[in-house]
Amino acid sequence: MAEKTFQVVGIESSSDNEKIQKPSLTFWQDAWRRLKLNKVAVVSMWFLIAISVFTIVMVPFLSQQQANKFNPNEIATYKDLPPKSGLPIPGWEGKHDGDDLYSDQNVPAGKNFILGTDDTGRSVAKRVIVGIRISLTIAIVASLGDLIIGVSFGVFSAWKGGWIDLILQRFIEILSSVPFIVIVTLFTLLLGAGIWSVIISLILTGWINMARQIRAQTLSVKEQDYVLAATVLGERPLKIAMKHIIPNISSTIIVQLMMTIPQAITSEAILSALGLGVQPPTSSLGSMINDARDEIQYYPYLVLIPGTFLVLISLAFYLFGDGLRDAFDPKSGDSGD
Amino acid sequence: MTEKPVLQVKNLSVEFHTYAGTIKAIRNVSFELNKGETLAIVGESGSGKSVTTHTLMGLNASNATISAGHIFYKGKDLLKFSEEEFEELRGGEVAMIFQDPMTSLDPTMKIGKQIMEVILLHDEDIEKEQAAAKALELMKQVGIPNAEEHFQDYPHQWSGGMRQRAVIAVALAGNPDILIADEPTTALDVTIQAQILHLMKEIQSEIDSSIIFITHDLGVVAGMADKVAVMYAGQIVEYGTTEEIFYNPQHPYTWGLLNSMPTTDIDTDELSSIPGTPPDLLNLPKGDPFAPRNRYALDIDYEEEPPFFQLSDTHYAATWLLDKRAPKITPPKEILKRWDKWKKFGSKSALPKISKFGVAEKKKTAKETAVPKSGAEVTGKDNI
Amino acid sequence: MTDKKLLEVKNLNLAFNPGNANEVKAIDNVSFDIYEGEVFGLVGESGSGKTTIGRTILKLYEPQSGEIHFEGKDVLKMKSVELRSFRKDAQMIFQDPQASLNGRMKVKDIIAEGIDIHHLAKNKEDRDNQVEHLLELVGLNKDHSSRYPYEFSGGQRQRIGIARALAVRPKFIIADEPISALDVSIQAQVVNLMKQLQKQEKLTYLFIAHDLSMVKYISDRIGVMHWGKILEIGTSDEVYGNPIHPYTKSLLSAIPIPDPQEELSRKPIEYDPTSETDGKKREMHEITPGHFVFSTDEEAAEFARG
Repeated sequence: MAEKTFQVVGIESSSDNEKIQKPSLTFWQDAWRRLKLNKVAVVSMWFLIAISVFTIVMVPFLSQQQANKFNPNEIATYKDLPPKSGLPIPGWEGKHDGDDLYSDQNVPAGKNFILGTDDTGRSVAKRVIVGIRISLTIAIVASLGDLIIGVSFGVFSAWKGGWIDLILQRFIEILSSVPFIVIVTLFTLLLGAGIWSVIISLILTGWINMARQIRAQTLSVKEQDYVLAATVLGERPLKIAMKHIIPNISSTIIVQLMMTIPQAITSEAILSALGLGVQPPTSSLGSMINDARDEIQYYPYLVLIPGTFLVLISLAFYLFGDGLRDAFDPKSGDSGD
Repeated sequence: MTEKPVLQVKNLSVEFHTYAGTIKAIRNVSFELNKGETLAIVGESGSGKSVTTHTLMGLNASNATISAGHIFYKGKDLLKFSEEEFEELRGGEVAMIFQDPMTSLDPTMKIGKQIMEVILLHDEDIEKEQAAAKALELMKQVGIPNAEEHFQDYPHQWSGGMRQRAVIAVALAGNPDILIADEPTTALDVTIQAQILHLMKEIQSEIDSSIIFITHDLGVVAGMADKVAVMYAGQIVEYGTTEEIFYNPQHPYTWGLLNSMPTTDIDTDELSSIPGTPPDLLNLPKGDPFAPRNRYALDIDYEEEPPFFQLSDTHYAATWLLDKRAPKITPPKEILKRWDKWKKFGSKSALPKISKFGVAEKKKTAKETAVPKSGAEVTGKDNI
Repeated sequence: MTDKKLLEVKNLNLAFNPGNANEVKAIDNVSFDIYEGEVFGLVGESGSGKTTIGRTILKLYEPQSGEIHFEGKDVLKMKSVELRSFRKDAQMIFQDPQASLNGRMKVKDIIAEGIDIHHLAKNKEDRDNQVEHLLELVGLNKDHSSRYPYEFSGGQRQRIGIARALAVRPKFIIADEPISALDVSIQAQVVNLMKQLQKQEKLTYLFIAHDLSMVKYISDRIGVMHWGKILEIGTSDEVYGNPIHPYTKSLLSAIPIPDPQEELSRKPIEYDPTSETDGKKREMHEITPGHFVFSTDEEAAEFARG
């Protein structure tokens, strides 16, 4: 050891001391890191991405008309065929009670319907793909509608506070006391049954929940010192909402959105099953179940196939939403002291 | 003291594993706690003082590992304890008081009942009535005025200072050998802080338990502790009796802490401070982690970590300044004043003994007039 | 310090939930002045109303009665252009370094918030330069500007908050317990920084704190508050060296001394606040020049005799 090592040198460089070593992660990067730790949520996310991409990619190859179309002359040949994979997989060989319906009905050789056909001879696979597309579109459009109305209403109500908040909250209570089915029936009468009356009814009832959540969150965020700091700096309320409040409640918004979508999917299915929703020949997961109801005893797969997709998609949204909630929750900390 | 220590911590090291790397939260920490003694662990946030006590209580997060060391409590190795054994230990033989009283009080349970629960849990033979009487006694002991009337109150009906008294009563209910107080007065107003500190000392002399007092404020330690451990960046940098730390400090970090302490002395209106920020435990600098903030840093501090130099049987400091080869430096004048006091007394033994009742005697009835308050008043005032 | 009054607060009254059963009088007929270039320390325990006063001065709360004048203009009546310039001239530093910075924004955007609002930068480059200068001013550097608040320690975050307030080149800063959430060693650092900035930038402070220990290092004058009232106002030296009101004495006596021997002889004085509620008429009496105590005429005479 050299002698000079025992010389007083004091503070060598002050800036070095303040240096931060940790890699900088934005809030979203950090949330993504935590989300990745949750395998179930990641699987759900990929499932949802895969299914959305698939139904979108299929658009140029498979239109709604194609899935609805049937040839009245060939109904007898193609009707009610069970799923046939074309491979020797038990239960997926196009047999019904042991009979090979494909040969019984003289379906041309080599023509297989992997998910079978319905009572007019339409491919269930095609109808499911279109059905998922329509169900998802309805659910996502409705949920985005909830989001826009709910967030603006919730933030506005909480930010204004006082008597404005009071009136807006009473208004919400009155609206939420009107039964859903009444609203749907009303819009079906006004616009006729169909996709749009379903979407509007879903938005009209769905935004209330979003607005309540957002209001509660905004009430706590607006008391934060950084909002006060912005006010003291002279920031305009609209800018404060966009810069400070919404970014800080964005996790609530996203989680809430993920939870609203499966609700909308289910509601759509129920409405369609009641005959108030999507009308034949258009397929949605709900309307397919509705169409097949009469035949459930003989051809259970007609209900089971759209039903399975309905459950899987809803479940995936819930599990993914749940994973997101945990990922956004800063309490699962991993630092020392 | 010839007695065997109640608690012995030997070369304890704890690491946290995070996505960004391993955080060395505490490194090579050793200390002893005797019966009836108060040890203060002083350090900034991130110094590892809380991790140390959390390890003692088996309360560390799941990503923590104890990479080295032993903790002996009455001869038993705590690191071999199961979760059940720890649970039994906590709240019983080892009790804890936190900064925020609400973390240890159940907001939905009456305070009297919460104290009773602990008594019943640790004494299976006791009757309910006896337990209630004992709980009431504890409430009086911790200075809750008109305890009978407030036995049935809920925590939210009380002010912060009164709640902290309730937490102390709950902690005492298990007849603890060791009381760990983690910043118990940091959230309180000064006048209330003074009352709580006084109460803790009073109680300690009555029940003869040991206290580990964790704080970032060296000021509150002077009248409280028998021994002081100063922690920095996960290590103990100076360890000694209270007199040794306050009158004969050797580590430049201890100097910095002492000098940044405000005094009520009207003549001083300059405050010296430790420059910079504590190091990132994820990437500790080479050498002494305090060197980049140390005005007296030596060349070697940037190269090699200093070992412990022993100054007396009880006094250790980890600084190269104590090495034979180190140049003689002059500490800040405030520290020289402290050294003068030390020289005047010659040695520790010549110092007048500091009694446990360092804070002047006062009437036992704590006058927190506005307490307990009505619920509405409390919430209203808290908003201010 | 000059003789020019920068801020005048006259007979300010504010109650939360007025008229209700749970009415809380947060500010009770409070008057004080702050001179240009001075640091006025306002000390009080939790619930004393000190934070409410600070926020009312900055127009965050609406008082029931009273007047607030900033540079001679009535703050409570300010609108549009006048209010905008007030929002530039008067700034605030907050207590909780965690809550006072928006975690979703980069440090440079946090600091530049005021620059953007008041269009103080000519272009992006100018804005970056100003942010860099401000970071240096508070002892940080430009490496920090693209990081997020959670990456900083409490003391560093507090310095970022100070830089944000300074960005609009204010004349007056209300520091609302800027150090009480920090470690003692860091408290000294922040107090020293604020003191240095005050001289360098010729600022006027209202420095709010919950105990008297740190305040003297920064304040020229100190006001002591309890239950919404100011009980004592005087120069820093007077309040420390010659405290008159029993509450001030009690506050001073409660501060622990970092010396085991002196700590031994410290006698905490307990304060009995019942005298405040005896219904007698009290007002500020000047006991010695510049040293005011809230008292009855008889008490004032008593105090004056010493």
